[in-house]
Amino acid sequence: MKTNRLALYLIAALALLLLPVFAQQFGNAWVRILDIALLYVLLALGLNIVVGYAGLLDLGYVAFYAVGAYIGGLLASGHLTETFPAIAAAFPNGLHAPIWVVIPLGAAVAGMAGVLLGAPTLRLRGDYLAIVTLGFGEIIRVFLNNLDHPVNITNGPKGIGPIDAMKFFGYDFGQRHTLLGVDIPPVNNYYYLFLILVVFSIVICYRLERSRIGRAWMAIREDEIAAKAMGINTRNMKLLAFGMGATFGGVAGVMFATYQSFITPEAFSLPESVMIVAMVVLGGIGHLPGVIVGALLLAALPEVLRYIAGPLQSMTDGRLDASILRQLLVALAMIGIMLARPRGLWPSPEHGKAAPAPAAPAAAAPPVAR
Amino acid sequence: METFIQQIINGLVLGSMYALVALGYTMVYGIINLINFAHGEVLMVGALVSWTTVSALAGSGLPGWLLMLISLVAAIVVCAALNFTIEKIAYRPLRNAPRLAPLITAMGMSLLLQTLAMIIWKPTIKSYPILLPSEPYTVFGAVINTVQILILVITAATLAGLMYLVNFTKLGRAMRATAENPRVAGLMGVRPDMVISATFVIGAALAAIAGVMWAANYGSASHTMGFLPGLKAFTAAVFGGIGNLAGAMVGGVLLGLIEALGAGYIGALTGGILGSHYQDIFAFIVLILVLTLRPSGLLGERVADRA
Repeated sequence: MKTNRLALYLIAALALLLLPVFAQQFGNAWVRILDIALLYVLLALGLNIVVGYAGLLDLGYVAFYAVGAYIGGLLASGHLTETFPAIAAAFPNGLHAPIWVVIPLGAAVAGMAGVLLGAPTLRLRGDYLAIVTLGFGEIIRVFLNNLDHPVNITNGPKGIGPIDAMKFFGYDFGQRHTLLGVDIPPVNNYYYLFLILVVFSIVICYRLERSRIGRAWMAIREDEIAAKAMGINTRNMKLLAFGMGATFGGVAGVMFATYQSFITPEAFSLPESVMIVAMVVLGGIGHLPGVIVGALLLAALPEVLRYIAGPLQSMTDGRLDASILRQLLVALAMIGIMLARPRGLWPSPEHGKAAPAPAAPAAAAPPVAR
Repeated sequence: METFIQQIINGLVLGSMYALVALGYTMVYGIINLINFAHGEVLMVGALVSWTTVSALAGSGLPGWLLMLISLVAAIVVCAALNFTIEKIAYRPLRNAPRLAPLITAMGMSLLLQTLAMIIWKPTIKSYPILLPSEPYTVFGAVINTVQILILVITAATLAGLMYLVNFTKLGRAMRATAENPRVAGLMGVRPDMVISATFVIGAALAAIAGVMWAANYGSASHTMGFLPGLKAFTAAVFGGIGNLAGAMVGGVLLGLIEALGAGYIGALTGGILGSHYQDIFAFIVLILVLTLRPSGLLGERVADRA
């Protein structure tokens, strides 16, 4: 049994490693789809901490994604040095901050934003939180759109670009490499980077879920007052959930910025937030495999729809294109899933997991033996 | 001084529309504790239905005010039917579900309505025709046009009617009883399901009125127009104390005034650094401040959190 499982993991790992090489045969576009899907998995995992574990509906999650992306965009492009002579004087070659500065900073600022946003809603019912986060997401977009004057910080609706590609120890992700005779174009580089991040995040989430913190979150989700009575510091735990979730969003944002090398405020609009919520909800709130499946399904959906939508578009006089169809399906799925399978397509087997049972020998031992 | 009076007028007009929408939020929240995210979209549907009616009847030679009235009635009927159906299909089965479920359904419903509107009316911004004489009147150096006067009058009349309905009729008493405690109300011979449906229908009618007014005032309608008014009207409802009808009205008008005055003076106050396109941010700041300082709202009572 144990070896079977190990073999299964090995085969899965090998398949995941070879997947982009295989997809490459059909063109870079397919690898790009994989990359974007992995980014969405990362976002969905982060939102799952807030919505799934702690039960706090966050409808402005994309704001943290935007914060991360703009931190990445500002620090790793020529934009700031072009607009501020002072910064240009300090960094004559342009402010191309290394990744070791950008990623932690993006994560930290996004995490702080999450805590700051969560703070005023702590004493209130969860639905207030939904609306505050919804508003916050919109406000961030208003600021990103308008902060191009009087001081040009975000470059407004025109967006920021080009943003430097990721670089680790001189390994440039924006360049084509040949490793051990295997040709690796930029899209594949990013695929492996995102894959590593996703696996890392899954491990973090898995460990969190089974930790004291994770159990505290789930207790809060099930019954906040009871959780408080059991001695859980609900305030700190909720803030921690916000901070953690937002940090994931921030890291994903930095990745997105370096990957796309160009960002505009419109990439971070409300439908994007709703989409990420839909991924978590559709897959199974609070259940890691479910969330991952949900994210992959919804991320791949538009690409599949592109083939169906063509004829449909001409049939309906241009009213139904791929993106509208996707939005329609997402909306219907959100309502339908809640009505028919409120816990998602692949819910966790035991809702509100209890503490792990004591180790078998100790439990089996008769009282006399102690 | 003229700017001040002008912004007061603008704020009152804007605030009246917020108040109409906020009432829908607050009534639904008061009775079933649900934030009906789709409420803003009902306003949008009202505006678009009215636009369709007006466009269809444009060649009939009817006078502008009659066209407006017909389209208003059409919008109210469609929106009432729509909200009735939404409640029945999407919210009623989830009434006793954990509270995240109806919220997500409501969010999905909002997205669904927006998408359907985009499919039915195409994603272009429609210009709403000028139906009423648009020559402005001058009041103390500030201007106000017929549509704006109409908005103030209709809002005042609607609010008076609603107050009468809630406080002095049998249905109103049933609504208040259901809000207090649905089960006990049921024991006293009230049918909670009927009352809840009635609440959704009334809320939709108010939102439809607001939607038509909004389109007539700004001269445009589109499938995305419902989102921001919805968000702000919810803010207004929280500001006044959610679940409290008078609070929703006061909150709506105050929020309108804050926004208008804020947008009018932010440029001068910050020396031109921040312009009036930051108008949308005031509602959000108000929301955060209210939630931090006085979560029960201006007129709300302190209610224990039922968690």
